[in-house]
Amino acid sequence: MGREGEVVSQLLPGFEKAHPGIKVQVQQIPWSAAHEKLLTAYVGEATPDIAMLGNTWVPEFVALDALEPLDSRVAQSKELPKSDYFQGIWDTNTVDGVTYGIPWYVDTRVIFYRSDLLANAGCPQMPSTWAAWRQCMVQLKSKMNDHQYPLLIPITEWPPIVILGLQAGSPILRDDGRFGGFSQPQFMKGFDFYVSLFRDGLAPPFAGTEISNLYQEFERGNIAMYISGPWQIGEFTNRLPKNLQDKWMTATLPGVDGPGVSLAGGASLSLFRGSKHKTEAWQLMEYLSRPDVQVEFHKLTGDLPARRTAWNDPLLANNKYMKAFRDQLERAVPTPKVPEWEQIATKVFEHGERAVRGRQTPQQAMQALDRDVDVILDKRRFLMDRKAGK
Amino acid sequence: MTPARPHDPLPSMARRERVTRIALYALLVLGALMALLPMLWMLSASLMPTGEASTFPPHFLPSKPTIAHYRDLFTRLSLGRYLFNSALISIVVTFASLAVNSMAGYAFAKLRFRGRDKLFRFLSAGLVLPVQVSMLPLFLLLKNMGLINTYWGVIIPGLASIFGIFLVRQYALSIPDEMLDAARVDGASEARIFWSIVVPGILPILATLSIWTFLATWNDFMWPLIVLSDESHYTLPVALANLSGEHVQDTELMMAGSVITVIPVMLVFLFLQRYYIQGVMAGSVKG
Amino acid sequence: MSKLKIPSEANTAAWFFLTPALVLIGVFFFLPVAASLLLSVTDFDLYGIANPGNTRFVGFENYSRLLRTPDFWQALKNTFYFAVVGGPLTIAVSLGAALLLSSKLVRFKSFFRTIYFTPFVTTLVAVAIVWKYLYHTRYGLFNYALGAIGIGPIDWLGDPHWAMPAIILMAVWKSFGYNMLIFIAGLQAIPEDLYDAAEIDGASAWRRFFSITLPMLAPTLVFVSVITMIGYFQLFAEPYVMTQGGPLRSTTSVVLLMYEEGFRWWRMGYAAAIAFVLFIVILLATLVQFRLQKERT
Repeated sequence: MGREGEVVSQLLPGFEKAHPGIKVQVQQIPWSAAHEKLLTAYVGEATPDIAMLGNTWVPEFVALDALEPLDSRVAQSKELPKSDYFQGIWDTNTVDGVTYGIPWYVDTRVIFYRSDLLANAGCPQMPSTWAAWRQCMVQLKSKMNDHQYPLLIPITEWPPIVILGLQAGSPILRDDGRFGGFSQPQFMKGFDFYVSLFRDGLAPPFAGTEISNLYQEFERGNIAMYISGPWQIGEFTNRLPKNLQDKWMTATLPGVDGPGVSLAGGASLSLFRGSKHKTEAWQLMEYLSRPDVQVEFHKLTGDLPARRTAWNDPLLANNKYMKAFRDQLERAVPTPKVPEWEQIATKVFEHGERAVRGRQTPQQAMQALDRDVDVILDKRRFLMDRKAGK
Repeated sequence: MTPARPHDPLPSMARRERVTRIALYALLVLGALMALLPMLWMLSASLMPTGEASTFPPHFLPSKPTIAHYRDLFTRLSLGRYLFNSALISIVVTFASLAVNSMAGYAFAKLRFRGRDKLFRFLSAGLVLPVQVSMLPLFLLLKNMGLINTYWGVIIPGLASIFGIFLVRQYALSIPDEMLDAARVDGASEARIFWSIVVPGILPILATLSIWTFLATWNDFMWPLIVLSDESHYTLPVALANLSGEHVQDTELMMAGSVITVIPVMLVFLFLQRYYIQGVMAGSVKG
Repeated sequence: MSKLKIPSEANTAAWFFLTPALVLIGVFFFLPVAASLLLSVTDFDLYGIANPGNTRFVGFENYSRLLRTPDFWQALKNTFYFAVVGGPLTIAVSLGAALLLSSKLVRFKSFFRTIYFTPFVTTLVAVAIVWKYLYHTRYGLFNYALGAIGIGPIDWLGDPHWAMPAIILMAVWKSFGYNMLIFIAGLQAIPEDLYDAAEIDGASAWRRFFSITLPMLAPTLVFVSVITMIGYFQLFAEPYVMTQGGPLRSTTSVVLLMYEEGFRWWRMGYAAAIAFVLFIVILLATLVQFRLQKERT
């Protein structure tokens, strides 16, 4: 998906040379449609051999019994030492103790910001607590007009909402993923903070579809901060003009009382059970997991390697923007590993939007969300109860 | 006998007529502009250099026309493949369904068999059912037949259409029975009668139906979206929606994609509009 | 002339002509429709696709859950909004265009007719994408034009109040050509002498319109409004491409909801219930229209 889909074909000649006789075909899908397309492919028994899966989708495909367990292959492999991977990330690919995906690249969210604008407003560096962060935004806003905002959070995205909840200590779902925990006090703390940013004019109530050109707005100073992932480093470097290149920077996310956690995101390579070329596919997976190939991939996409060894490469170690990500990855936390997560995630921002636009109070919105989530999890509860013999 | 109209109406009436005429033409031209404006801007923006379509105040015409986006679409983004898919599917469905629907339409109109009218009424009742009701089980059915993500998965459901049968039957009713019976007396087989007498007789409605089917199949979106998961099979509308998800920032590129999607159907329509328009108007008067 | 063929031979020939169509329609349309009803009383979903044993028979629970879900009522409301406002608007524009093109005072009729019909022929997805950019708050042509006459920029696709009107506007633009043709045909069928007689009696243009044109067009009007309504209830591509059902689900239609539940979340039993409710709604709306027409005459 995304940029990765566009560039992965450049990595293939190396693999095909080392493995003559294996030809690899790549197919790209945009992120917005990838989830449903992969499921359609599964239902239609037209799955690829390997797919890049958003790591939050792994539990879903496991529930479908679509993926091949990889533990024995990993144990026998000379190329993939488990210990070389970020623990939290590897964990996202493990369901009921079995590994179903190899982390391919990782991502997490940090803040991208206009360092010059922040310095101008009296914040020489990115604050590390919510209170200080907020203060900084207020100071920024005082120097801005009505069409400018300190922080951009597209309201049709769920990660910012969930991150704030995680930072406030919420488990997101309760009772082993049987019920929603969004209206519980811990999550509400994060959500109240989120809504207050919009209410106080610190973030614009724009839907994602309207940011026709984020980079233009960032360049023109209409936005000073943006929470996003590592792919933006490449985009910012390419799309922002030369004279702006020393005026932006990345920083780890502020948390309630100190540096906060962020999402353990990323994508994994998974092998489909229906594949007729499992050995060859596994060889490709091993190839793509080699530290040097990971670095190469990083060069092409800006995505972060999943292996610690790869991070030692000067390209990453010396990159000033990467430092924030390296730090943040040590404080990265997975989302609930339930197959229904994708649907739940969609509901999160839908209900969040109502509170942002003032249609409902934050409490009402999150209670409505919990009601929806409980319905979504109904089948899971039924199956879990049945398995437990109730 | 009605008296002939006077050749020169009174001066005040002439003036009033002229004013009305001007007003009507003004409205017509205004309407034409409104009808065409989005298409014209689409064409214009597709030729603009990257970023020019997102400026304020907006530009109507490209400052430096470029075909870079079209090049991009056909090289980097393999639009040629999708164009081929759309063309293949549309043409196959058009011709195959023409055969299927015209045979059935003729049978309902002219062949006498037991249960004909009851069957036709039952079929017509199906017109009330929205096609979306069939989509979920149809998907599961095609899955079991191994047709998900194939051309056939898109083609087969489109091969027979109750509406098409309806249209053909309507038109075929006007073929004189005597002509058909005479041919039977002469010993002609039913197939021969169909091919030599009926088909020439219903040619206009066949023309209309084929244009109609081609347009509808080319433009079809929801079903191909559901059935096709592999981009090498995408039709243009699905590919376009796909691209717009990924390239929402690239206005000019998307406009070029839209132009390419729209041109074939526009051409088909413009060259064959007589049949199409006649068909719409005739169908409504009888129906 | 007496029947020259023995009935059974006629039968054989007929079935030969009919079989392809009947098999195709039966297997790929009627059968799935019936299966939909069956699907709607189960909770067939992703777990069920993996293993049919995971499916339960749930009776009317899908339907009752549907009726208790705010998202469904919103989708229903949105769809009605679109059909009840968009339908008459489209018909009015089509009728206006048809009247314009039927006037004795204008020439180049077929030229203009072709132009007006062109939007109908274009691919909806392509057009939706174009209009998405035309509706852009800052760089779009529509807000530019509004700004020129002093009206502030409207957040067409981002404001829950304006998103559906934006889609309605586009739908009217796209479909008015079709109904226009039908109206032209209907207008042509009205005898000239009725107008002549009225003119001699001194009736004004308005009077002639209301007393002659409209009543004579009544059957056409019913036909047009029924097919327009049926088409509009099936709204899907516009919100899918332009707004993804937002903002705040203000443009989520019933079919879009069905698509989401059925093909994105694979809750197929639930989605089948939505599809059937759509069918009932369309059926009722059609019957109501026919009844209204009957009462008027």
